[in-house]
Amino acid sequence: MDVPAEDPFQGYDAGSFYCELAAGREGDGGAAATIRSRIAALGLATLRSRARAAETDLFNLGITFTVYSEANAIDRILPFDCIPRLITAAEWSELDRGVRQRVAALNAFLEDIYHARHILKDGVVPVDLVLGNANYRREMEDFPVPFGTYVHIAGIDIVRDERGAFRVLEDNARTPSGVSYVVENRHLMLRAFPDLMAGMRIAPVDDYGQRLRAALSEIAPAEVLDPQVVLLSPGIYNSAYFEHVFLAREMGVPLVEGRDLLVEDDRVFMLTTAGLRPVHTIYRRIGDDFLDPTLFRPDSLLGVPGLIGAWRHGHVALANAVGTGVADDKAIYAYMPRIIRYYFGEDAILPNVETHICREPAGLQYTLDHLAELVVKPVGESGGYGITIGPRASSAELERTRAALLADPANWISQPMVGLSVGPTLCEEGIRARHLDLRPFAVTGRESWVLPGGLTRVALRHGSLIVNSSQGGGSKDTWVLTGEFQSGALAHGVIR
Amino acid sequence: MNLAPPLLARYAESLFWMARYLERVENLARLIEVTYIFESPGRESESWYALVRINADEESFSRRHGAADPDAIKRFYLIEADNPTSIPAAIEVARTNARVLRPLISTEMWKQLNQFHHALTAIAPAELEGDALSRLADRIRAGVQAQTGITEGTFFRDQSWHFLELGRLIERADQTTRLLDIKFHLLVPRAREERRLVELTQWGSVLRAAAGYHAFRRIAPVEFTPADVVAFLLTDASFPRSVRLCLDEIERHLTALRIRYGLGGTRAALERAEEIRALIAGAETERLSAGGLHAFLDNLQHALIGLAGEIGTAFFRDWRPYAPGQEQVGQEQGDREPARQGQRQEQAG
Repeated sequence: MDVPAEDPFQGYDAGSFYCELAAGREGDGGAAATIRSRIAALGLATLRSRARAAETDLFNLGITFTVYSEANAIDRILPFDCIPRLITAAEWSELDRGVRQRVAALNAFLEDIYHARHILKDGVVPVDLVLGNANYRREMEDFPVPFGTYVHIAGIDIVRDERGAFRVLEDNARTPSGVSYVVENRHLMLRAFPDLMAGMRIAPVDDYGQRLRAALSEIAPAEVLDPQVVLLSPGIYNSAYFEHVFLAREMGVPLVEGRDLLVEDDRVFMLTTAGLRPVHTIYRRIGDDFLDPTLFRPDSLLGVPGLIGAWRHGHVALANAVGTGVADDKAIYAYMPRIIRYYFGEDAILPNVETHICREPAGLQYTLDHLAELVVKPVGESGGYGITIGPRASSAELERTRAALLADPANWISQPMVGLSVGPTLCEEGIRARHLDLRPFAVTGRESWVLPGGLTRVALRHGSLIVNSSQGGGSKDTWVLTGEFQSGALAHGVIR
Repeated sequence: MNLAPPLLARYAESLFWMARYLERVENLARLIEVTYIFESPGRESESWYALVRINADEESFSRRHGAADPDAIKRFYLIEADNPTSIPAAIEVARTNARVLRPLISTEMWKQLNQFHHALTAIAPAELEGDALSRLADRIRAGVQAQTGITEGTFFRDQSWHFLELGRLIERADQTTRLLDIKFHLLVPRAREERRLVELTQWGSVLRAAAGYHAFRRIAPVEFTPADVVAFLLTDASFPRSVRLCLDEIERHLTALRIRYGLGGTRAALERAEEIRALIAGAETERLSAGGLHAFLDNLQHALIGLAGEIGTAFFRDWRPYAPGQEQVGQEQGDREPARQGQRQEQAG
């Protein structure tokens, strides 16, 4: 019985936004059209049942983050959308160079502010913004780190505007998370949608663990031949615990908690069944404040007393270094294009979203004059909180924002409303356009390497621009094309 | 290639307790099944109360439910997750430990335990009624056995495997003593011939609950006596749930840890195992089955607790001072000190 299937893309409209699956996109070798026709051939019902099965898989495998309400711990999956996004080889080349430039700038900036402070003396970045920053760490002053690398693991949040141009929205230089979903999403696509991937030449993502371990070994104390790397986690109740497990397993290193480590004679050891064993590099997924109760928060039981002392003696390496938070907050973000130009004499390969710095009179005036058109963000918050979206705010909300701006201009930046690109996304009502962002991950030891693609987050609510998992975001697999589509060939990018 | 990667003390502890709690779940299901079969008409409450007594739960049960009532006892062990000796509580502890061990255990082990946990924390009251109870007990047993099989087939056998097996075997030996002990608490008629028949049926059911009935039949005399059953469950060298066989295996694992991984801390535990071996070897089953079995089993349980204590002291307990009640400050919501649920105070039966 041949009933012509309804085109699942019926009702899909990207509107004025950029869409990577639009037909006839330059440089995709027909991949977008192929994906759309394959999805149409599968039909909406098959798509839905496979997507449901994939999400059940995620839950049973425990690829979850944990949400705590009053008394209950609830395991949630990051909702997964099965329609991938496409990045062409040329686009990736730009992103790859751009991310590496960005990470190099973050490291150069950190090296400078914790040593000679040229950039402050030259007045490129305001002194108080750095020295008065809550994330500035005196302990880091004049302390050299191997290869000048402070940010070993970085996640750079990037969006595409209406024309498809990439723009950096935020830098994450402390303990960025999400990379486990990049790899797990690919596994999931290979299991659930092998027919969608057939013949596609996609850059593989499964060597992240090896790359990370190699970088972490590079930064270990030089005299150690076979360094012991560990991943330091707050433990099973942390919402990102799955990712910690994932990374420890991919690297083949122990996942430790603070209570597994101790410091003796400024050396770090872990407690094993055979007694104390030395530790040489710690990939820590614990914030600066909690690392060492003897120096920072004395009430922290997550950390290890004496850890910073051992680090300063050069007996153990920490990734990321302490004090990187001064480089990635929204206040410094606004200066990143100037920082890149200052150190490298070149323009940012990936521009910022146009940003008005309200501590500068011109920036404040512009923001106040165009409040209803701008997105106003506090510089200290993360996770999408405290943001006012001008075009969607009530006049009362705008007035409150105006008052807050005038009371403390230095706490705010503003940006034009960016028409974030969209991707076709499986929704209740069918395949619909939803806004996307992208977080590529860079690993840096001696040199930087960027995992092809990155975490694509999707705002699942209609019209929403907020992709954070804490606020209803999901994720998609991100395909970086490495060559022409080959009909009849097997899927590339297969996990080895 | 690092042939003997180090094992975190905390992992060893979690492996030991994960396995113990899983084994406990299986055996509790066996005990429930045997109780269900023994339930004497008109005296159901007394029959079910045996379960409470061999788990030494008299006090906490009466605090919750007052008088012994079969339905309350079933709920107490099968549904009430806040009763620490219930099946849902045990599976919760097992899963929490498995969560700690996720970097170490196979994905298949985690997946099975995760699904099993979901099933056991959703037991409906209707499943405790009538013959549904027997099917439920069956499912629970099969769930743990699936876990054991997946572990056998997928878990990497470095020293971590030995710690897991030690936990499983110590718990199994302990549970076999409890299964035997249940006979002590069961009611028998006063008339002599009737009593003999009822007793034989009861011993047969104890054997069935331990999955040993057919093996016992093969090796025991046709006219078996209670002493034969006691000897079989305590000292048989081939029956997988006998205390003797568990002990053989425990010694094998301790020796492997000592020789292959150079863990000298196994010395004290090996000595305790030797003492238990002597205790069983010297058991006069004829005399015990006529009276004094309960006291003997009590001794044996204490000796097993001592053995577990030696392993804990050498490899995980007291390796860092633990301050109960100290609040942990988390860097984000949900960062809490993981409960050391594994370190439940062991009670003597």
